[in-house]
Amino acid sequence: MKNDGWRDYLNPVVRDMPPSGIRRFFDLASEMAGVISLGVGEPDFVTPWHVREACIWALEKGYTMYTSNQGLPELRNEIARNLAGRSGLQYDTQKEILVTVGSSEALDLALRAVVVPGDEVVIPEPCYVSYGPVSQFSGGVPVYVPTSVADNFQVTAARVEKALSPRSKVLVLCYPNNPTGAVMEKKNLWELAELAQARDLIVVSDEIYDNLVYGAPHTPLAAIPGMRDRTILINGLSKAYAMTGWRLGYAAGNPAFIEAMTKIHQYTMLCAPITAQMAAIEALKSGGAAVARMVGQYDRRRRLVVRSFNDMGLYCFEPKGAFYAFPDVSATGLTSEEFAERLLLEEKVAVVPGGAFGPSGQGFVRCAYAASMEDLSEALKRIARFVRRVSSGRPGREPLAAGR
Amino acid sequence: MNGTEARAILELLEGNARLAAEEVGRMLGLDGSEVGAKIRELEERRIIIKYQTLVNWERFGDEKVSALIEVRVAPQRDVGFDAVAERIYRYPEVTGVRLMSGAYDLAVFVEGSSLKEVSLFVATKLSTLEDVLSTTTHFVLRSYKHEGVILDDGEADRRLVVAP
Repeated sequence: MKNDGWRDYLNPVVRDMPPSGIRRFFDLASEMAGVISLGVGEPDFVTPWHVREACIWALEKGYTMYTSNQGLPELRNEIARNLAGRSGLQYDTQKEILVTVGSSEALDLALRAVVVPGDEVVIPEPCYVSYGPVSQFSGGVPVYVPTSVADNFQVTAARVEKALSPRSKVLVLCYPNNPTGAVMEKKNLWELAELAQARDLIVVSDEIYDNLVYGAPHTPLAAIPGMRDRTILINGLSKAYAMTGWRLGYAAGNPAFIEAMTKIHQYTMLCAPITAQMAAIEALKSGGAAVARMVGQYDRRRRLVVRSFNDMGLYCFEPKGAFYAFPDVSATGLTSEEFAERLLLEEKVAVVPGGAFGPSGQGFVRCAYAASMEDLSEALKRIARFVRRVSSGRPGREPLAAGR
Repeated sequence: MNGTEARAILELLEGNARLAAEEVGRMLGLDGSEVGAKIRELEERRIIIKYQTLVNWERFGDEKVSALIEVRVAPQRDVGFDAVAERIYRYPEVTGVRLMSGAYDLAVFVEGSSLKEVSLFVATKLSTLEDVLSTTTHFVLRSYKHEGVILDDGEADRRLVVAP
């Protein structure tokens, strides 16, 4: 049998799933030397030393075994305390919190626990690349809701309502947002909460960037009256504590959901790695100052990046969360794919084409400003040079004017 | 401009003295000329004292010798330790002087080109000062971290080039 023949044995849902749109671009970029990457969805900081040290200590003391399926009780206590301290949310550490292998596992568990084949999962886009595929692996049908720069990439209740059908069961939210950096204004969030209640939707709320906000503090969806029990809150330590490679996340929600998710987790994953759990305890206990320091640095880079793009004539709305800027590159006359590919080949700067995150991302690119100030300044110089060259070469067009 | 913004300017310049006022302004969302004026004011008030470069002389190939000298002194009426500290810090060989709590009074940092030079300085200049009761010299063998900066090469960026 030819190798390709084995494909006939595959689950067609898996077989026909296109690989992440980021992948092709990654292959291209990783073959080149001297690339400054603004394409990375993770902090440039290494995990704070006191957290790494706690993990080393745990290993020395022999913490190398399984933990309970739900995670170490002390870690669940710290998670509950952290949520209560920051937003007043109260979760029972016995029944309402589950420690997972990254927030990615929590997302998978949440969707698997509630979606039955044919259920529609409503997903605002542009969005993180996993929501649709993970819904489909559970037999769900993703229904994408466009967002636009006119609304600063916030999803509105009106747009969600248009996408609803009798099969709509779950709404997936991710604010602060990857890839746009958008946060939800209170009014929009409340309207969305009302809609979710009126139409009986379960909301899977991915709040992994909740600590990384530059303005008003983050409001968790579950903190809005009536939303706590219909929301599965997903979070983790990757972004705020610079712990991506540790794979440590969690879910919080009503006991029925968490019990169901724990069941899948116990049969598929057993538990999150104990070393990462020990580190997470230390991070949540005394990592506040380190987080504040990193957020302060991101904020400075954010201002620099947004202003620089606007000065180049590429409109960039002000992202108030995460560590992404999402400038509109359509003024160059290039598609976002062309822009990203040529920028990489001609100036060795990697950004991710917005279309990789959904059709509404077309015409935009995602620039992660989680890079050192030196790299960022150099990358912005190269991008400005590229934009000048591209736009001056356009027949019958003036070079792009500054500002907008 | 408020105190928080001025503090942010100081923090940025403390980390990288070569930042232009315009760049600082971009990072803080302030006007470049406004930042420039504030920096001049901070310089005039000697809050910003000097712009220096942190050099790893050892890597350049220069063998410098530095030592920490614990100095016990007899404080004087009215001026306490200040007068003797001034007598000490005026020597160009002295790179730092700090008044300490504990078993000795002044921590004096001395730099020279050889062990002999530093030892001679301590023997002939420092310990002969009238109010100096005793000195203990500790030579620096290796510098790992200076003014909050790790002198080693640090941790490389191990991230993938593109990630979701």
